Amino acid sequence: MTSREPVITVQNLVKRFGSFVANDNLNFEVYAGEIFGFLGANGAGKTTALRILSGLSAPTSGKVMVAGVDAGRNPERIKRNIGYMCQRFSLYEDLTVTENITLYGGIYGMKRNEIRGKTAALLERLQFGAYGNTLISALPLGLRQKLAFAVAVLHQPKIVFLDEPTGGVDPITRRQFWEMIYETAAGGITVFVTTHYMDEAEYCDRVSIMSEGKIVALDTPAALKKQYGVSSVEEVFVKIARPGQQLIP
Amino acid sequence: MKRFLGFVRKEFLHIFRDPLTMIIIFGIPAVQILLFGFVVSTDLKETKVAFLDLSKDEITRTLSGKICSSGFFELGADLTGYHEAEHVLRKNKIKAVIVFEKDFGRRLISDGTASVHIIADGSEPNMATLITSHISAIIADYNRELAGAGLQQVLLVQPEVRMFYNPTLKGQFMFVPGVITLIMLLICALMTSITITREKEFGTMEVLLVSPLRPAQIILGKVLPYFILSFVDVILILLLSWFVFELPVKGSLALLLAELMLYILMSLSLGILISTVAKNMQQAIFISLVGMMLPTVLLSGFIIPVESMPMPYQWVSKILPPAYFITIIKNIMIKGTGFLYVWKETLFLLVFTLAAIGLSIRNFKIRLQ
Repeated sequence: MTSREPVITVQNLVKRFGSFVANDNLNFEVYAGEIFGFLGANGAGKTTALRILSGLSAPTSGKVMVAGVDAGRNPERIKRNIGYMCQRFSLYEDLTVTENITLYGGIYGMKRNEIRGKTAALLERLQFGAYGNTLISALPLGLRQKLAFAVAVLHQPKIVFLDEPTGGVDPITRRQFWEMIYETAAGGITVFVTTHYMDEAEYCDRVSIMSEGKIVALDTPAALKKQYGVSSVEEVFVKIARPGQQLIP
Repeated sequence: MKRFLGFVRKEFLHIFRDPLTMIIIFGIPAVQILLFGFVVSTDLKETKVAFLDLSKDEITRTLSGKICSSGFFELGADLTGYHEAEHVLRKNKIKAVIVFEKDFGRRLISDGTASVHIIADGSEPNMATLITSHISAIIADYNRELAGAGLQQVLLVQPEVRMFYNPTLKGQFMFVPGVITLIMLLICALMTSITITREKEFGTMEVLLVSPLRPAQIILGKVLPYFILSFVDVILILLLSWFVFELPVKGSLALLLAELMLYILMSLSLGILISTVAKNMQQAIFISLVGMMLPTVLLSGFIIPVESMPMPYQWVSKILPPAYFITIIKNIMIKGTGFLYVWKETLFLLVFTLAAIGLSIRNFKIRLQ
């Protein structure tokens, strides 16, 4: 489903906090319908970039276009076009499954009938039928994460940002989670995902690797492996993403 | 607007599903009002006193009779000697001992003067003052009677004390305004600061901020349910104090409710301010309790009158909004005064509210950067 039409364009993005440069001149594009992996060690500047792309934070300089909207100038308008799911759990534990879906549907301005229809379809697709009136706190983590993802794309955004969505989830659920990601991308929603699991990076259409605020590699997993002469993205990552490693003899 | 209402509905669900929150909002106010009203009552009501009558004549018997039939006191014991006085006071049931000297009646008639001792239990100073002043008043009253009957030549000038606004010195008059002040601060400031920091701690705040809801809508949506519930609460407290303690609102009810709304608004903005500073729920609770509840209880004139505090504490109470609110609410509820008498305090609350809102908006923006 990948086309060459960019939905995210980042040019010369710089973000400074005082004298600290969190994002140092980033340049990249994300194409419509692709699964874009955003990798980097802790503290490499991923979260900062993600916050700018989702309109939570303003860039110091540079141009950021998300779904045709200038993120620096009009962050509020971005918000209608994106979905967001963060590593920490984003559903309310004291509300039921249906109430959570209704809440987020309502926040994104969906009509009542539309929400009701979507809820039924969603519960069926996830085989959640029996859980409609269950409190989230009673659900196992894997189910919650899947539900959180489904809720994040409920309003059919153009792009969905996933910030380490599979942290702490068992391998089987992770597998199912990635099947959901594929389905979503196949449905035309661009998926922008950060992860620490390198096997997941292999599932992405393209990955970028950040180190010390810069993007040091960006290509398809296959091309990266070929370029660095290794057999997995993990090895690519270890080779380039660990700052200061060269200093250790 | 529909987005906003959906969000407010969710906030109500949070409140109604959490037993602890429900207890804080509805249980604590009722319990506090009843507790302060009945238990911590400072009224004299059938307080036990003992008599040591060394004279045992007609006059001393009449006087003791008057004291015991006043409704304030009750005969606890008849003593036979001084040595028993300390013993009965130690036992703690009897709060004061009244001693008539030897030949009390004869001296009063022949010399025109006789002495009576009142020994009160000073370990409870307020109580002791209250007891001695009541007994003195009863004796003075009897003095006047004697003077009227022509038994005493010199007519002493007797002060006649009357308590305005609260003629029977009901303790509830003190506590109801205080409890309202405290409870509103508790619910509004503490609960809102907790509910906002909870969203931050659980990570749901990020999701909300990424959504099309504007930050102002998020904060308003979180605060609105507490505004409504605290208002319901105030009305419940007023009804309770009216029906249980027969404490009506003397002044304008509309003015009282308007002032209450201002005070609720101020407490809410304080809660929001705390939530922008606190990193997690524990911090929010700590700041609310130690930073606000404690000074309010101790320094706002709720229990200890501001006038009887040392100067430095009085200065502190000058910058405590609850101290101003207690003045306002007492004026309206008990004295029945109008807006002209409380406009200064109202202005202070208003300025404080605006400052708190301004500061929290600034803090919120900084955090978002």
